Amino acid sequence: MKNFNYTITDEIGIHARPAGLLAKEAKKYSSKITIHAGEKSAEATKLMALMQLGVKCGQTIEVTVEGEDEATAVEEMKAFFEQNL
Amino acid sequence: MQCLEGKSVYKGIIMGPVAVLKKNDYQVKRRKIEYPEVEITRVEQAIKESQEQLQKLYDKAVVEVGETSAAIFEVHQMMLEDEDYLESIYNMIQTEQINAEFAVAMTGDNFAEMFSAMDDDYMRARAADIKDISERLVRNLSGQKDFDLSSSEPSIIVADDLSPSETVQMDKDKILAFVTVHGSTNSHTAILARMMNIPALIGVPLDLEHLENGVTAVVDGFQGKVIFDPDDDTCAQVQQRIKEEQEKLNLLQDLKGKENVTLDGRKINIYANIGSVGDIGYVLENDAGGIGLFRSEFLYLGRNSFPTEEEQYQAYKQAAQMMAGKKVIIRTLDIGADKQVDYFNLGQEENPAMGYRAIRICLSQPDIFKTQLRALFRAAVYGNLSIMYPMITSVEEVEQIYSIVEEVKQELEEQGIQYQIPEQGVMIETPAAVMISDELAQVVDFFSIGTNDLTQYTLAIDRQNEKLDEFYNPHHKAILKMIQIVVDNAHAHGKWAGICGELGADTTLTEEFVRMGVDELSVAPSMVLKLRKIVREMKV
Repeated sequence: MKNFNYTITDEIGIHARPAGLLAKEAKKYSSKITIHAGEKSAEATKLMALMQLGVKCGQTIEVTVEGEDEATAVEEMKAFFEQNL
Repeated sequence: MQCLEGKSVYKGIIMGPVAVLKKNDYQVKRRKIEYPEVEITRVEQAIKESQEQLQKLYDKAVVEVGETSAAIFEVHQMMLEDEDYLESIYNMIQTEQINAEFAVAMTGDNFAEMFSAMDDDYMRARAADIKDISERLVRNLSGQKDFDLSSSEPSIIVADDLSPSETVQMDKDKILAFVTVHGSTNSHTAILARMMNIPALIGVPLDLEHLENGVTAVVDGFQGKVIFDPDDDTCAQVQQRIKEEQEKLNLLQDLKGKENVTLDGRKINIYANIGSVGDIGYVLENDAGGIGLFRSEFLYLGRNSFPTEEEQYQAYKQAAQMMAGKKVIIRTLDIGADKQVDYFNLGQEENPAMGYRAIRICLSQPDIFKTQLRALFRAAVYGNLSIMYPMITSVEEVEQIYSIVEEVKQELEEQGIQYQIPEQGVMIETPAAVMISDELAQVVDFFSIGTNDLTQYTLAIDRQNEKLDEFYNPHHKAILKMIQIVVDNAHAHGKWAGICGELGADTTLTEEFVRMGVDELSVAPSMVLKLRKIVREMKV
């Protein structure tokens, strides 16, 4: 399993559009990608669950990636967050 | 004749027939079904149709209202692919043996409720999106058509509330105005109405049941009123007003997008003065080249404690972003004199105009100043921001400001926070600043002449004292000479000088200012195009 932490800089937090893009991106990998925010967590492929986390600007989340393609997936995920959130 | 009031979202006035959009025509009924697979196939088919419709709406919206506002339909498409949402629908169909329509409606309600319960305004508003996609699915399942205006004449759309998809899929040529019972000023409908320049009223206590299609109505966005079945007198008045508005609009339209350039080629910048982020709409509407004076006091007035760095940052950032690369000159705190705020504890003064105010407060209480500077430097990353400091009388004050700026910069640097130091200028509003403007020009990036205070200090006339009105001459030679000195000193050092006081909007002086070499005039948004007209018709 691989993981990294990321602090959200988007001013509305994880809102609808980036959540949708994230879900699309996450579906490209066979690994299970999970977003942990405080005590809550959501699978990265699920748009509404991601929005339900209610992650706000400045909040730090943990991203865990587990599966066969985790090495590539974790790098791509990092790049995604930096670009979109 | 019936007159109702509501909240105006876009100022305009129009008269025409009413088209009523009745939503709850279709009641979703629960039915027991025998073959869940059939229902699931129907849902899959409805999703496919919905995706196609949303793609069309997205393409239409991109052209009509721009990519940012259109993104909502992209989000709707993504929501329709959400695994949890779909699973819930399929689950209900299978385990409870119910029809597809009911499963979709139930799931939609459940998900919308989850969002409604969140502690974040943005997320709460998403409940409307869930309802919107669910209603679309139900419509496609039951073979209902979208609200269609194509066969009717241009109308005033009256509805309980409008979803973003309803607003966009309507044929714009057929819409005269929107009137809704519900909706907020931040709803998609309101935003879209503003973008489309259509008069819109929300929160109007309408009785939709008893309202008939084709009734004549007047929507007055200026007064926030809608009049159904107006009498002859009202019609005549309204027609006159529509005509006047149209004439004004034509005058504006003709000058929009044109340069502020004289017949012989001299250019001048015409910017707008504003008091809050809410005024930016008027700045854009009147095609100002930028914001020449953004009074930051509004953030401090009408409250009981200091605004936080974050609050200020958001306001400045929003202004910078909305102006999209055009100059936004923000004046730092100018409290004191005629603008008093309790929580500053400024105390009583014999002569507040010459007292503890503006930059003097900022330099004596650097904590207040630093908070504002931090917010400004952080916001500067997002656009073309400039800062100007009010009530300057000496080069030493500017140096003191710069050392505080340096401290703030260090702090932001150490904390790893993104920032940018914008252009920094000073207000010229004391005779002292005029006299040393040659020295000031060497240490600042620009001058903005505040003629109100400069006149009061130069002529020794208290503006608040009515007895002195007859002695007050805003066109006094002393003032005009001072402006010339300031402009010449700025230019001698390669800097620019503008006017942001009331005198800047005095149309009898515009030609003279241009000839004097003034680089910028910052005036009320409504004056921008009037000045542009004068400039374009004159010769230096």
